[in-house]
Amino acid sequence: MTVTSDPTSPSASAAPSSSAASAAEGQLTVRVRDVRKAFARPVLDGIGLDIHAGEFVALLGASGSGKTTLLRILAGLEAADSGSVWVPPTRTVVFQEPRLVPSQRVWRNVVVGRRGGRSGRAAARAALAEVGLEDWENAWPATLSGGQAQRVALARALVREPQLLLLDEPFAALDALTRIRMRQLIGDLCARHRPAVLLVTHDVDEAIVLADRVVVLTDGQISLDRRIDLPRPRSVGDPGFAEFHRLLLAELGVHEH
Amino acid sequence: MTDLPVAGVAEATPAPPPVSEAAANSQTAPPSDTPPPSETAPVSDVAPAPGLVRPRSARKRGHGRGLTLVLRALLPLALFGLWWWGTETGRISANVLVSPPEVVRTFGDLVSEDHLFHQLWVSLSLSLRGALIGGSLGLLFGAVAGLWRIGEELLDATMQMLRTIPFLAVVPLFIVWLGIGDTPKVLLISLATLFPMYLNTYNGVRNVDRRVIEAMDVFGLRGARLVAKVIIPLALPSILTGLRFCLGVSVLALIAAEQINSSAGLGYLMYQAQSLQQVDILVVVLAIYAILGLLSDLVVRVLEKVLMPWHRGVAAR
Repeated sequence: MTVTSDPTSPSASAAPSSSAASAAEGQLTVRVRDVRKAFARPVLDGIGLDIHAGEFVALLGASGSGKTTLLRILAGLEAADSGSVWVPPTRTVVFQEPRLVPSQRVWRNVVVGRRGGRSGRAAARAALAEVGLEDWENAWPATLSGGQAQRVALARALVREPQLLLLDEPFAALDALTRIRMRQLIGDLCARHRPAVLLVTHDVDEAIVLADRVVVLTDGQISLDRRIDLPRPRSVGDPGFAEFHRLLLAELGVHEH
Repeated sequence: MTDLPVAGVAEATPAPPPVSEAAANSQTAPPSDTPPPSETAPVSDVAPAPGLVRPRSARKRGHGRGLTLVLRALLPLALFGLWWWGTETGRISANVLVSPPEVVRTFGDLVSEDHLFHQLWVSLSLSLRGALIGGSLGLLFGAVAGLWRIGEELLDATMQMLRTIPFLAVVPLFIVWLGIGDTPKVLLISLATLFPMYLNTYNGVRNVDRRVIEAMDVFGLRGARLVAKVIIPLALPSILTGLRFCLGVSVLALIAAEQINSSAGLGYLMYQAQSLQQVDILVVVLAIYAILGLLSDLVVRVLEKVLMPWHRGVAAR
């Protein structure tokens, strides 16, 4: 069964809403309507999606399902072929790789593109402290481990106080332990700063642990859009977790025995 | 599955429905498995909530091939027009620059009376022989210095030292050593083309991604096969930059080389014209140099396409 997420749809009011408050509290932050994008073949085939302020949305999908393309369109890195896209003016992205500038020290990377020298340094220091890297502000990016570099990338994204934070598989290149730590860190930071978040991932656990809402993309269309109403903090052993896990995997075409 | 709640619940949404969604609201309540809202929502220029903007895509659509050609030709044609206009109106004296029709006429005379194409062939053959020798040696030395530490230690300091000697300064020495035949000319061009090729190859080979090399080591690709299959291909962007310089410098060195007691060639034509103050011939020869430059660039572009099918575009664009 496919469920739409259109908040203006009157039918939605009939649905149970035990955890709806957390997402619907803010105003509309992202509105995507009928977005289409084709490269060699259609990648996004009429996408509609609303995200509200403070809402954490995980976008799941198999490889090549168009997740990253949608994120890049929201970031303004790619133009949609057709359809309408509305986003807040301050948006930041954490990419799959850190993408730091190797010739700039860590703190300069955090405030890269910002004007104002001295206040910038203080802001960078504060942001680095939030990701636990306060001692690394003068290091060169090449001397950081993968997890550290990705935390710098996260600090760089958060220091701008974005209204929309776009996370493009930010944990994909990290080891399992670092991944779990990063997951917690992002959960904490997002709870504190409350940006609207779109997390692109293909890790079902990650989506359930972090997100208020999970959207599954299949063949360029949204095939599932579900609120996750489990209490926080969540962990894999929680009751209800397994059910979501099974549901999402089935939607992604993986059936466990 | 039914105990899982539906997302995006309207009753908990305090925000008023956006003006642009009036059409969507006027519809009757759709069943729970409606098509996505996208299919009914009108495309509107009014922001659905205050403060929202459209993402401005940094990537603009590229323009067509026709426009590319026009843009490339724009500046040369403008200069050409200026030249023509200046010479026709007399603002540029004929002693300074002759008019384009005059140049065409002179070109015709040169072809019929002075065997221009033969001269061109003499020059080109010199310059290509020199570039072939210098470029090959530069490629070899650059690869050796880039690949092995011992190669770098043996070669690099010497090359850096020799490269700062202006090749024009060795012309007299070459005449003393080698006489006035073709040999000193070819060697002079070889010397001039050696260094740009060396520097770019060395740089390209050194900057090949070490992680790829490491991975190849794991899979047993080593030695000459590694060089041929991985290192040289990955260093090709630099090497082809070297080739661009190489071809350019070879023409430059040609002019110097043809000072050496020539009886044919473009340089010979130029020196004759210079001593007789024949501006028209000088302009024809200059135009030929410009066309040679254009052709050599074209050759490298084609080589780039053929040799590097994996290398798509420039990252910064």
